[in-house]
Amino acid sequence: MSRSATRFDTKKVNSELVTLTYGALVAQMIKDLDNTEDVSKQLERLGYNMGIRLIEDFLAKTGTGRCLDLKDTADKIQTAFRMYLGVQPNVANWSPAGDEFSFVLDTNPLTDLVELPDDLKSLKYCNIICGAIRGALEMVQLDVQSWIVLDQLKGDQNTEIRVKFIRRLEDAMPAGED
Amino acid sequence: MSLTSRTRLSILDKPLSRGKGEVSLSCFALLFSEVVQYCQNKSQTVPELQNRLHDLGRKVGSKLIDLYFVRERNGKREIKLVNILVFVKSTLWKALFGREADKLEHSNDDENTYYLMEKDPLVNRYISVPRDKSSLNCAVFIAGIVEAVLTGTGFTAKVTAHWHKGTTYMVKFDDAVVARDKQLEER
Repeated sequence: MSRSATRFDTKKVNSELVTLTYGALVAQMIKDLDNTEDVSKQLERLGYNMGIRLIEDFLAKTGTGRCLDLKDTADKIQTAFRMYLGVQPNVANWSPAGDEFSFVLDTNPLTDLVELPDDLKSLKYCNIICGAIRGALEMVQLDVQSWIVLDQLKGDQNTEIRVKFIRRLEDAMPAGED
Repeated sequence: MSLTSRTRLSILDKPLSRGKGEVSLSCFALLFSEVVQYCQNKSQTVPELQNRLHDLGRKVGSKLIDLYFVRERNGKREIKLVNILVFVKSTLWKALFGREADKLEHSNDDENTYYLMEKDPLVNRYISVPRDKSSLNCAVFIAGIVEAVLTGTGFTAKVTAHWHKGTTYMVKFDDAVVARDKQLEER
C-alpha cells in the first residue's frame, strides 16, 4: 500500500479520545431516541454537518484543484481518510458504469473498543462517515449517496462503504450576482 | 457467556492496542462541536447543557479507568489520594491530550478541595463562547471524565469546570474519602 505521497501538517489528537467521545454520544442518542433507525439517521446527519466543514479544511490544507472524474474524487477522499482518521482504505468494487465505488477499511479508529450488543445489530454505527462523505462532496457540487455494505462490528472481515454518484449540482448564484 | 457469540471474535479476544493511534484535530474539533450542538438542542438553559456535557464526559471517563490502569500501570490501582491525583494530572492527561495538566493545587480553605488547572483545554480551542452564555465552559466535558475516573477508582468526588486562569477544574472529595486517606497516613 502506498503510504508515501505528502505528509500533511495537521495537528493530531489521541484516537481513543475521539473513539470514546463518539461512543458516548452514540450511547446517549440511543437512550434519547429509543429507535435504532432514527439514531442511524441522526448519525448520518451529524456526519453531513461535519463533512460540509471538513471539505474546506481539506481544500485549504491540500491546495487541491478540481477533480477530473469520479476516480479522481475517490482518490482524494482516500487521502482525506488518511488525513482525518489516520487510516488508508482501498478503493474497490467499481460498478461497470463507473458511477459507484467502495472504500474498504481494514481498521477503523471509530470502532476500536466498540462492541455492538445483540439488540442493536441494526445500528449503523459508522454512518457518520457516510454522512461526512455526502456533506463534503455536496460542497463541491457532487450529489452522492453513501451507505455501509459490510461492517466489522457485525462480524464482517472489513468495513465497506459504498458511494454512488447521483448528479452534478448546478451552482446556484446568490441573488444579485451573475 | 453465550455460545452463539463464539463464532465471532469478541472484543476481549483481541490484544489491547497500544493507544498510539492518532486522528486529526479538525476531526475531533468538529465532532466535539456536534456533541455540543446535540446537547444544546436538548437543553433549555446553560446549566442543563453543562450537565449533559458532564454526563457524556463521565461516560468517557468510566471507560478510561480500566484501559489506562491496564496499559500504563500493569493493572495496579492507586490507594492514596495524592497518588490518584498525580495519576490524573500526569498519566491520564498525557495519554489523552499529549501533555500533562498545567498545575495541581490543594485549596487553602478546604482540605477536601483540589484544583487542577489548564490554560488551554483541547476541547475549548475552537469554541468561542457567546456573550449571553459567558458562564458556559465546555471543558465540563473533561471535568466529567475526571469525575468518573476518580469516583470509579474509589475516590468519590464532584468535579466542576470554571473559568479561572484558563480553565480550573475544582475537585471536591467526599468527607469519607479524605478521612480514609488520613487513616492510611497514620498507619
